[in-house]
Amino acid sequence: MTHKPKKDEVTGVYTTGHEWDGITELDNPMPRWWLYILYACIGIAIMGWIWYPSWPVWKDGEMTYLKGVSGYSTRAAVTRELGDIAAERSVYLNEIRDMDLYDIQKNPDLLRISLAGGAAAFGDSCAPCHGSGAQGFVGFPNLNDDAWLWGGTLSDIAQTIRHGVRWEADPETRMGVMQGYLSDGILSRSEVTDVVQYVLNFSGRAENQEAVARGSETFANICSACHMEDGTGNTMFGAPDLTDPIWLYGGDPETIFRSVAYGRAGVMPAWAGRLDEATIKQLALFVSSLGGGTDPVDQ
Amino acid sequence: MDGSQGIGLAGKVDAQPVKGEDVPPVSMASLKAVPPPQPQKPGDLYQSRVKIYPKRVFGTFRNVKWLVMIVTLGIYYLAPWLRWDRGPLAPDQAILIDIPSRRFYFFFIEIWPQEVYYLTGLLILGALVLFLFTALLGRVWCGYACPQTVWTDLFIWVERLVQGDRNKRMKLDKSPWNADKIIKKSTTHAIWIAIAVATGGAWVFYFADAPTLLKDLFAGTAPLAAYISIAALAFTTYSLGGLMREQVCTYMCPWPRIQGAMFDADTLLVSYKADRGEPRAPHKKGDSWDDRGDCIDCTACVTVCPVGIDIRDGPQLECIQCALCIDACDDIMDKIGRPRGLIGYETLSMPESRARGEPEKVRLLRPRVILYAGLIVLISAFMGYQLMTRGDLDLTVMHDRNPLFVQLSDGSIRNGYTLKIQNKAHRERALTIEIDGLDDIQLSRPLAGDNAEDRLLVGPDGSLSARIFLAVPPATLSRLDNRSGESNLKIAIRDAETGDLIVKKTSFRAPQSRR
Repeated sequence: MTHKPKKDEVTGVYTTGHEWDGITELDNPMPRWWLYILYACIGIAIMGWIWYPSWPVWKDGEMTYLKGVSGYSTRAAVTRELGDIAAERSVYLNEIRDMDLYDIQKNPDLLRISLAGGAAAFGDSCAPCHGSGAQGFVGFPNLNDDAWLWGGTLSDIAQTIRHGVRWEADPETRMGVMQGYLSDGILSRSEVTDVVQYVLNFSGRAENQEAVARGSETFANICSACHMEDGTGNTMFGAPDLTDPIWLYGGDPETIFRSVAYGRAGVMPAWAGRLDEATIKQLALFVSSLGGGTDPVDQ
Repeated sequence: MDGSQGIGLAGKVDAQPVKGEDVPPVSMASLKAVPPPQPQKPGDLYQSRVKIYPKRVFGTFRNVKWLVMIVTLGIYYLAPWLRWDRGPLAPDQAILIDIPSRRFYFFFIEIWPQEVYYLTGLLILGALVLFLFTALLGRVWCGYACPQTVWTDLFIWVERLVQGDRNKRMKLDKSPWNADKIIKKSTTHAIWIAIAVATGGAWVFYFADAPTLLKDLFAGTAPLAAYISIAALAFTTYSLGGLMREQVCTYMCPWPRIQGAMFDADTLLVSYKADRGEPRAPHKKGDSWDDRGDCIDCTACVTVCPVGIDIRDGPQLECIQCALCIDACDDIMDKIGRPRGLIGYETLSMPESRARGEPEKVRLLRPRVILYAGLIVLISAFMGYQLMTRGDLDLTVMHDRNPLFVQLSDGSIRNGYTLKIQNKAHRERALTIEIDGLDDIQLSRPLAGDNAEDRLLVGPDGSLSARIFLAVPPATLSRLDNRSGESNLKIAIRDAETGDLIVKKTSFRAPQSRR
């Protein structure tokens, strides 16, 4: 379907010779300066090759690239920018590192920085176990509520983050033992069943009052050492409050039976050394701000 | 004859002569427009720009254009210097785009970044007004008010002032490079560059306190961005207004391509009345006007044209409808004693009406005109109402999504919310948080600082983001029919001093009831 270009009568312009259902296309010439702009762009591109790193080359037995006369490197630029940011932040971070947690809390500027920095650090290091909203999972505590295994004051939280829970490499780690009373042969199956009924009775959910009566003796002899006689727990040993509706592993009779019979020993790593002191303090302030911190605010 | 003419419009007048060979011989050869080169053979890819030397013209439309130029340039250069008192806490510049503080000031109006939809609305309004005027009067924007036209006009005026009118400029360009040419050319370009720098200079005053910035600019202490902006705008003004001119309108601007969809047969366009003018021929004083048209082929309309076309070829893509050819032709008609208006504002349907012997009608009320005008009124009214009734206090409530709720050790359920408060008043506000919707609801605020839990202090012209917790005790929860897991709740802030109250609806989430 070759058509010869011909002059369009109305406009006096040649057509391209292409035709679609009787519609032809005018072949208007481009303005020449447009062509010069194209040449200028090509020129700029070539200057770019010379100025910046560009083509891959084979040199001295290995694959490398033309470095460019400016010596520019994206990696170096990022490193420098990160360094600048770190230098800018270090002013505040050094203050946070050296200040008492409670003083930071009273300083609105440092507090704002700490909460923002803490939120970022939480997402990086804590969210994998505690959840991105710090909502927790079975075996990993919810940090929004007001029940604290190891204490909910700012310094308690910072201590837990620094040294972890049952983290054997750290001598100062939080340590508490909930052994398997059935698996270790300390209690019989029926004794465990009875003590479970006694625990359920704290929240008014016991099904068998005779079992409760039998379990009370076991609880007083063994469990109350950590969980206290009234079952309210002790943050010294990480012993949870058994009277509230918050259960780390589950509050149904079967789960409580499993906890007593086979023990529980959740682990949290010690973060001292992995995170710097300023970050740990920021994290403590952030976690406390989630609404569960037991510190009296500004008093 | 007219080669730069690109896409022929559908409405081309059929009565005109076919171009090329049929054009009668020309008389005043020296005044002829140089016709842009025709692609002589098929397949020519590029064509050079042919310099246009618009001749000076006097008349009604030229005066209107001078007036529009003075008003628009006057507004552009002087507006940043207007003052407007807003009290000690805000700038006193009437029109200011304050990027560091993220505020836009326009006399009594103050726009925050989240209200940028007013700008969107203004752009929509601007587009509709453009459509309306195009439907009524064609490219009247291009011809009178477009910055490209206004600055080009100014630059041509400078050119004429230094180098003389059309013929002198053509002669100067053809002459060898002597002292006179060098002086005239360099003076022209120097004045252009001065205007271009002043154009960029005026622009930056919209973004900072104008008197301070002026001092800083001369002292060399202004921000680098200001100098870069001035340089960039000076470059574009100089190159687009001085060097590129009609090339911008013909090749770079999309509007000439869109306009075809905006015209109809009742749009008033600058047109040559071929039925009255043809057949054209030179005319000597005393000759008869019988059996010939009124056009004496003097090409006055062509020599004044700033885009270098011949209006007698009918509607063309390049034509910016500046109407200078009307002034030029009217002047000639007065001299030869024929009625004015051989070239004038005319609709595409008028020649047909004349051919049928019907009266010429201008139909202004057409569906598209009514639609555009209606939309403009509607949008202006809506935006005006919104702008006038908006308060200077604003609240946004965001309900925590993760976790949706938290159970506390006493069995109560707690939800978290983030309140974002904007205080647009230039004074500090003390606000009280009020909750409505659930019984015995407990408000607490982590890190409340010096404020009481239900009180917030928001600084003047400032915003505040506050976290609040609402807890509902088990007794209330047990009374709730909570099958959806969601209860309605209202959170409000109240300014006791002014009585301003902003209420936002939100929800309270709790575990779903089993029943």
